[in-house]
Amino acid sequence: MAFLEVKGLTAFYRQTQALYGIDFELEEGSITTILGANGAGKTTSLRSICRMVRTEGEVRFDGQDITGMATDKVVQLGIAHVPEGRGTFVRQSVEENLQLGGYTRKDKAEILADIERVYDYFPRLRERQKQQAGTLSGGEQQMLAIGRALMLRPRLMLLDEPSFGLAPLIVQEIYGIMRQIREKEGTTMLLVEQNANIALNLADHAYLLETGTVVMSGESSVIRDDENVRKSYLGY
Amino acid sequence: MDLFLQLVLAGLAIGSIYSCVALAVVMIYQATDHFNFAQGEMAMFSTFIAWTFLGMGLPVWLAFILAVAVSFGAGVLIERTIVKPVENAPVFNQIIVFIGLLVILNNVAGWIWEFTIKPFPSLFPDDFGFKSSLIGPHHMGVIGLTLCVLLLVFCFFRFTRVGLAMKAAAANPDSAKLVGISVGWMLALGWGLAAAIGAVGGILVAPIVYLEPNMMSGVLLYGFAGALLGGASSPGGAVIGGLVVGVLENMVGQYVPGGSELKLTFALVLIVGVLLFKPAGLFGRVVVKRV
Repeated sequence: MAFLEVKGLTAFYRQTQALYGIDFELEEGSITTILGANGAGKTTSLRSICRMVRTEGEVRFDGQDITGMATDKVVQLGIAHVPEGRGTFVRQSVEENLQLGGYTRKDKAEILADIERVYDYFPRLRERQKQQAGTLSGGEQQMLAIGRALMLRPRLMLLDEPSFGLAPLIVQEIYGIMRQIREKEGTTMLLVEQNANIALNLADHAYLLETGTVVMSGESSVIRDDENVRKSYLGY
Repeated sequence: MDLFLQLVLAGLAIGSIYSCVALAVVMIYQATDHFNFAQGEMAMFSTFIAWTFLGMGLPVWLAFILAVAVSFGAGVLIERTIVKPVENAPVFNQIIVFIGLLVILNNVAGWIWEFTIKPFPSLFPDDFGFKSSLIGPHHMGVIGLTLCVLLLVFCFFRFTRVGLAMKAAAANPDSAKLVGISVGWMLALGWGLAAAIGAVGGILVAPIVYLEPNMMSGVLLYGFAGALLGGASSPGGAVIGGLVVGVLENMVGQYVPGGSELKLTFALVLIVGVLLFKPAGLFGRVVVKRV
């Protein structure tokens, strides 16, 4: 059975339908990316998993149906969501943001060790640990958002456009660190991106979403070589 | 000079009670963006509960602690049963609920305990072992106790995991859910804390204004004035605002001709003035909305 299994998922914002019955699944330890243009339903797919949008259909995590659960309960299962726009607690310090990331855990000593581990991945956050998160640059806030998600010791990490609004060099830096995280922690990741090129380089599998339906899926290398994808999403 | 000092100290004492009410109001405002108009009546009700415990023969401090604990539970219960169902309703509906709560608590208190004025004992002895011509023992105790309560609240929010989670839930509910915080329960906890802090204010002011169902109406108005003056987005500011209002109130009463009749008017003038000229208050942050 797949680690995360989504079947016939439809989603609604009030009267507006955003997803029209999509299916996808992830293997434990893999990185999967969902690609698509603005409004294709990428963000909604992630929000469906952590129960922040009304849906119909099945979402199974590790065999368990999670569609009836509240967001905070889903998080307690080990699903960490790095939301669109990063969602940092802007008035709290960098360190407090990381502590909040470990909110569901009780092992105090381990939490402190994990904060150090996050600082090892993102040395810039260590320099700014006492600073209010709202004063960080966009790239640093994205690092903080990923670091906060790591504090959960997640079994599954959902990442919503980590490249959004960042300079290319910063994007590369962040994706480099995500690669390291994958190697060291083996965290399963589901990554949503508009920047198809960089996402396909990191991911093992990819799904292509258009107006709320999956139009193509497969191994990243196959998707990358597909002529239509290349023209529409990679631009060469 | 002695008179001036007396006025300042008495003002600080009564002001620290306003601070309690202001802090309770601001805590709920931060989480919900609304002023809880029933905060004063909740505190009055708490004081009657303490009075009932006293009537059962309990010592005054035990009655105080029990009443604060009961108020905490009642605050949680009020959030769960009355506030939560309207949390997504239009602003107007929510305000009606708060005002409804005010009227209900006021009437129920009158029905259970009657509207007659009752004396309420001070928590503090007549003599702390030393006397001062500048400040009476009750006022001295009020300042000391509220300082302790405020310090406790500060430490709770500054140093505990739940305190941090409550701040996070109020500031950014969506992100708070994403780190596994139960935002609904944090709101309920906030109501419980606000009710408990309000209860402290009610029990401390009762020996001064006497116990009756309308005893908090003036206090709540001064509390609002303090909250607005300090800045509705700043708990620390609300505390300072409450103290300043307490002192100013006394000054107006003494030094403005006919001022003792104008004390409540002064609170209203202050509220309107702050809203007109410095809506964010002295310590509040101006929220800029991107459009």
